[in-house]
Amino acid sequence: MRSITSRIALIASVGMLAAACSGGGGGSTEETGAAPEASEPVASESAAPVRGDEELVIWTDALKLDAVQAVADAFAEENGISVGVQAIVNTRSDFITANQAGNGPDVVVGAHDWIGQMVQNGAVDPLQLSAADLGGYAENAIQAVTYDGQIYGLPYGVEALALYCNKQYAPDTYATLEDVIAAGQAAVDGGQVESALNVAQGDVGDAYHMQPVLTSMGGYLFGQNPDGTYNADDLGLATPGGLAAAQKIYDLGEAGSNVLRRSVNGDNSIALFAEGRAACLISGPWALNDIRAGIGEDAYTIQPVPGFAGQQPAQPFLGAQAFYVASNGQNKTFAQEFVTNGVNNAEAMTTMYELANLPPALTEVRQAIAADNPDFETFAQAADNGNPMPALPAMAEVWAPLGQAYSAIIGGADPATTMQQAQDTISAAIAGS
Amino acid sequence: MTIAPSRLVTPPPDRSRPRSTLAGRGTSTVLPLVVKVVLLGLVAGLAIAVTPALVRDGSWVFVGGLWAVVVVLLAVYATKRAVPLKYLVPGSLFLVVFVVYPILMTAQLSSTNYGDGTRGTKEATVTRIIGASAVQVPDAPSYTLAVGTTGGVADGPFTFYLVDEATGDAFAGDAEGLTELGADDATITDGVVTEVPGVTLLTRSQINDAGQAGGGLEGFTVPAGENSVIRQQGFSAVELTSPLVYDEAADTITNSETGEVYTPQRAASGDRSYFTAEDGTRLSDQSWGESIGLQNYVRAFTDPAISSDFISIFLWTLLFAVGSVGSTFFLGLALAVVMNDDRVRGQRLYRSLILLPYAIPGFIALSIWSGFWNRDFGLVNDLLGLDVNWLGQTGTARLAVLLTNLWMGFPYMFLICTGALQSIPGDLKEAASLDGANGFMQFRKVVLPLLLVAVAPLLVASFAFNFNNFNAIQLLTEGGPFSPANPTAGGTDILISYTYRLAFGNAAQQIGFASAISVLLFILTGLLAAAQFRATRSLEDVNR
Repeated sequence: MRSITSRIALIASVGMLAAACSGGGGGSTEETGAAPEASEPVASESAAPVRGDEELVIWTDALKLDAVQAVADAFAEENGISVGVQAIVNTRSDFITANQAGNGPDVVVGAHDWIGQMVQNGAVDPLQLSAADLGGYAENAIQAVTYDGQIYGLPYGVEALALYCNKQYAPDTYATLEDVIAAGQAAVDGGQVESALNVAQGDVGDAYHMQPVLTSMGGYLFGQNPDGTYNADDLGLATPGGLAAAQKIYDLGEAGSNVLRRSVNGDNSIALFAEGRAACLISGPWALNDIRAGIGEDAYTIQPVPGFAGQQPAQPFLGAQAFYVASNGQNKTFAQEFVTNGVNNAEAMTTMYELANLPPALTEVRQAIAADNPDFETFAQAADNGNPMPALPAMAEVWAPLGQAYSAIIGGADPATTMQQAQDTISAAIAGS
Repeated sequence: MTIAPSRLVTPPPDRSRPRSTLAGRGTSTVLPLVVKVVLLGLVAGLAIAVTPALVRDGSWVFVGGLWAVVVVLLAVYATKRAVPLKYLVPGSLFLVVFVVYPILMTAQLSSTNYGDGTRGTKEATVTRIIGASAVQVPDAPSYTLAVGTTGGVADGPFTFYLVDEATGDAFAGDAEGLTELGADDATITDGVVTEVPGVTLLTRSQINDAGQAGGGLEGFTVPAGENSVIRQQGFSAVELTSPLVYDEAADTITNSETGEVYTPQRAASGDRSYFTAEDGTRLSDQSWGESIGLQNYVRAFTDPAISSDFISIFLWTLLFAVGSVGSTFFLGLALAVVMNDDRVRGQRLYRSLILLPYAIPGFIALSIWSGFWNRDFGLVNDLLGLDVNWLGQTGTARLAVLLTNLWMGFPYMFLICTGALQSIPGDLKEAASLDGANGFMQFRKVVLPLLLVAVAPLLVASFAFNFNNFNAIQLLTEGGPFSPANPTAGGTDILISYTYRLAFGNAAQQIGFASAISVLLFILTGLLAAAQFRATRSLEDVNR
């Protein structure tokens, strides 16, 4: 209904403009005034994504466009249908809104942590996959796309944070974060670099990039039920482990050794490392191209993020990228076929890996490429260590307060009370929803 | 950044054309008439064309509105009466469609709980909850699928022709259940039924079309076990069972395996309900849209966290808007006065340089400035030899925002002040100096009042713009710094960035509540603008 209404608004305004231009007997000064206004609805119409007319419409983001187009074309040829792949800027929110209005795509491609919000809004359908199909994928990738006991997405890639080091200043493979910081700090003290270890935080903080630190000290966000699902009522920030992590962050922060600082943020963290101004960096596969172009192809090492000495291993968040079937799609049969069969094979997954540049979730493909692309194998190992990022809607209440708590602690706020405050804020928000 | 709406700086429309049209009148009145008839016919035709679709959707309000517009257009343009309306109607209609309608929609949304988890109707939510609980029956076979019909390919009646992927046994399935097919009943190629005597098998595209909403295959299932059905998934079929049963009369969902009964209960937030068991566990995170009256407004005024945020943010928004307009105006005016003096050499060069910040797109400038304020890697600290975390504390962050906005906005003020200064006749100043006024007195008593007559409306517009200057805040500080205790309201948040965070921010979208804040913001901006225009009117007294 909404689409019809907006179309009518457009048609009516064009009609009125035309009538206005023809003018009355007295002439048409209105013409000059009305023309720029009439361009407005056209502009806003093209700004909001409009579903294509093809028999299978897929929405993704610009980075994955080529990869999805390639596998979709193969599927279209096999079935003799037309297919349209559209790059959408705000894929998640636009998809949920458009799907609700009945003019969304048939298939959407995105990260697994969207699932909670998508299910909450009834935007995606569960998939029924056989055990044999599932067995081919990395176990924690399947765990990531499982929500409330149902599988909602077919994963094609996994991503997790890893540790990059500049060979010039930190050439080894390190067993502890202390060793990494010591190597980086030596370079800082020698005046060769400005930062020992870049962890993007900024003034609003970043809970995603701090997760390896939190988990290594024994903290966690949500406790896990025996079946591996997350329990939103069990927050692990103000636990002994979480408080130890807060103390660690304080010691490494601006009031302590000044390794973690608020001046390193999402805008400059990767750039500083790529320019050779930071010894080490915690980041994901997406930083690889910048770093290769910056300090050079052979100037860096990658390894999974190590834990602190004598503590637990660091567990970054695992993110899985997946295909989903829209609940209100017009061509559900082809959408279901595409997701459960069309891309559910080694050939399509290899194409996805080659064009989307993500470590593959299908074990067969991962083994095939391990020798050719050791960097991606390292990232796949980092993902093995990772825990799926919780997809619960409650997670939306976590990012902002926890990030802000990290930023405040780095800036010198009392670690224990700040962490307790973050936990209280989060649990109050979850209870109030 | 201060950008006035473009119509304020657009030169008045060229009046020469209508005059020439008037002069040419009488020589050719046929063409305009034909154009008019064709276009009005087009409007009426379009209205007729879309009416059936609207009637089918039951959108009676839109049908009424559409035809009211058509009637108005016909009445105004097809007759010779109502000449003034011929000019007013197009603008008024645009006003209604693009200004009044969105405002009404926002007001309407503000009386609902629309947001994440409440987008659908209750009916749709129940269907989704039941549908999402369906799981494959353990150890049940999965089938390849062909669909056959003895009627039309669009509306059936349909039969599923299934082949067990493991054993190769073939079945026919319809609403009655499954029947095993003998070797002569169907031809099977590569594990798929490819031919059935007397039955038309659908192509893949036909299956897809029939499965669309309203198609004959939509919701088609074959009863299999006691509690299970065989359902299509792509071009295969699986046997599913759902433990949940909805009782419409009692409005409860029962889990037939555990016996747990879920009833709709209000959540702590008060604006939505969930299916909840007696012990308080929720069946799912899905709720549904409801009209909740004025509750969003009540919340805006009574929730202690929000109302205290609202007042402090409102005060800072005022300070930000006044500070931005004031600082840019005074710097722009001072520069304009200096540059307007004939004794300054190289005026053109200076003026071009001063306009440079105005030429850089605000989006880029703000992102660059955000980097400039960085403590360790930023230009400001580097140049001044300071070690201040500008954006990390509320006070310095506000100062940084104001300074950045000054840099972004003063060229605009310089531009309009220069224009206004040059339009003030020199003999007025001359007369004042003959009366014995010194330079400052001349400026204070003669130049400034005349200047304000021209500039004051632009200052009001600039104030309204800065009052809602979302970009300046979002791109520079994202509203920060925040305290961990209050993640929704940051130190540099203005009302519009705060509203944006409520509606589309990190946490779950609360579009209904954000609409209520928008309505309050709309009223507030309107009142402020009205008061300011009233005040600027007194400036025009100098002309009397």
